[in-house]
Amino acid sequence: MTPQTSGTNPFRRRKRHIGERIAEFTVRLTASISILMIFLILTFVLREAWGITAFLTETNSDKTEKGVVNEGSKAASSDSSSPDTYGETEEVSPDVPEEYNSDVQETITDSGTVNTTGGDEPESYNPDVTDYSASEENKAEPNISHEKKTLVQNLTSDTWQPVSSEPKFGLMPLILGTAKTTFIAILIGAPLGILAAIYTAFFAPRRLREVMKPVIELLAGFPSVVIGFFCLMLVADFVQITFGVEYRLNAIVGGIGLAIAIVPVIFTITEDSLMSVPKSYREASLALGATEWQTAFKVMLPAALPGVVAAVLLGVGRAFGETMIALMATGNAAVYSASMVEPVRTLAATIGAEMGEVIWGSLHYNILFMLGVLLFLVSFSINALTEFFVKGMLAKKFQGGT
Amino acid sequence: MGKEQERIKIRTNDFNFYYGDNRALHNISVEIPENRVVAFIGPSGCGKSTFLRSMNRMNDVIDGTSVKGAIVINGIDIYDKTVDVVELRKLVGMVFQKHIPFPKSIYDNVAYGLYLSGRKNKTEVEGIVEQSLKRSALWEEVKDRLNESAMSLSGGQQQRLCIARAVAVDPEVLLMDEPCSALDPISTAKIEELIGELKDTYTIIIVTHNMQQAARVSDFTGFFYMGNLVEFDKTRTIFTTPSKKETEDYITGRFG
Repeated sequence: MTPQTSGTNPFRRRKRHIGERIAEFTVRLTASISILMIFLILTFVLREAWGITAFLTETNSDKTEKGVVNEGSKAASSDSSSPDTYGETEEVSPDVPEEYNSDVQETITDSGTVNTTGGDEPESYNPDVTDYSASEENKAEPNISHEKKTLVQNLTSDTWQPVSSEPKFGLMPLILGTAKTTFIAILIGAPLGILAAIYTAFFAPRRLREVMKPVIELLAGFPSVVIGFFCLMLVADFVQITFGVEYRLNAIVGGIGLAIAIVPVIFTITEDSLMSVPKSYREASLALGATEWQTAFKVMLPAALPGVVAAVLLGVGRAFGETMIALMATGNAAVYSASMVEPVRTLAATIGAEMGEVIWGSLHYNILFMLGVLLFLVSFSINALTEFFVKGMLAKKFQGGT
Repeated sequence: MGKEQERIKIRTNDFNFYYGDNRALHNISVEIPENRVVAFIGPSGCGKSTFLRSMNRMNDVIDGTSVKGAIVINGIDIYDKTVDVVELRKLVGMVFQKHIPFPKSIYDNVAYGLYLSGRKNKTEVEGIVEQSLKRSALWEEVKDRLNESAMSLSGGQQQRLCIARAVAVDPEVLLMDEPCSALDPISTAKIEELIGELKDTYTIIIVTHNMQQAARVSDFTGFFYMGNLVEFDKTRTIFTTPSKKETEDYITGRFG
């Protein structure tokens, strides 16, 4: 009964090989780095978007200036207290090339006097001045707003004109545009992907199946710029000739392009989840006198439903965040309209198109990052929804406790 | 065979089955009488399940299989080109080894086969569902929770649900592929009891590893070995005075 204390313990932990340790450390490090990278990206985007809070209480009249005067926010806010003298400073418009702006910035911060006009500023910029006090003289100007708007009001307006004498950051056309293209993409892509998956899983001869699956999955790795180019050149023509639409590039063309991109995503995941349904379901159904069709749609598809929903949601996420195809095939005009045959501009494409030319630190810059945060949040919610809702609840309902 | 002439339900003539080039069944010729329980026993891989699945052409699902010879049910060769497999399977139901209810409610599981044959009358379907569940001795246990997921049932209940599902389509022949191998003794006893009750209406063919079970439930027993039907006779004869030595060795536990 006394435990043996001397001698060798046969259960003694084996000393691990040094190679094993290094391998384990490397793997752990790599995993940590990839998680850290995602976290860093998120932090960066959030930090850049955070700049927007400085503008929240300002009116749109201030914004033009603040968009340029990043550091001299005190000077700008002192301006807003004296709106009468505002007209003169308003020459600083985003239409002005960057060199001008930086000059003006210095002028303002150095002098502190609002009367000083930008030294290098040509006189011809004056007519572009947008100011509610000056607006009575400039009634002909179409882009002049006659009232003060807060940033929130500006963001929720229906015009996206970030680069103009009076920038308008209305997100509604972008959100609507994204919704329209995503909707069309899912409308086309989901049935295609799901039906192709059903065919491949249950109806295709084995030879065909062995060819089809890799070929469609190959499409997933297709460069999106090629798909975009294809849509730009061919699909756009096809849509215009077939339906006789006014605008060559529009939401439908963009949606088709995105559908091409998401079909492989939906196909692959749907096919995998269909194949993971126990074969015995199929046999049991067939043994009851069901046809292959009845079996596929009444037994196999419902049993694989969590996977199918997850596939569609991931497709939504892909279509939502896809940039290059949207950039090339949608026409990129932020039109606020419910029409499917008018050009649209998506959130992701906006970032892609404007980030390269935006003035660093301006309100526009911050808003672009805010769009990035928005994209991230939506993608994150979709993935979270897939994870918790689909895998948790639906799986329990349709696949039992197994 | 028996003193009175049995009505023959299923007759096979030199039936051969191939998985690719591999011949799994060798010239099986057997006559299965109506409203009897027939058990097929034999070691694993001997072809008894393949033979069972051949009787409602479930093997068609598997790629690269082929048959030679004939299985005649109700006077029709089921491997004839004009036979509709779907109609055949409505006539010849099947219960599998694994209890696999569909991921639907208990009610929908039983009603599924009725839905397939296009019966939509709600009261009629409800009646058949109740009757089928009663026949499979499950009604008392599930009558209050017909809309719950079939996955919530125990293994034995699930298997009886599968039997109810097969019975609901009103087949004439019921094939059972090791229906009790995944069940505990109590559930097994219930299913065996059920088989005894069902044989008044159906011709039941059961494949089992369990020789005691074959002895308990069946009227006729066939012994498969290496793809051959070694012996087929009344169960009592097989288990008391088998004519072949292989059969005797197997049932006395000397091999297999």
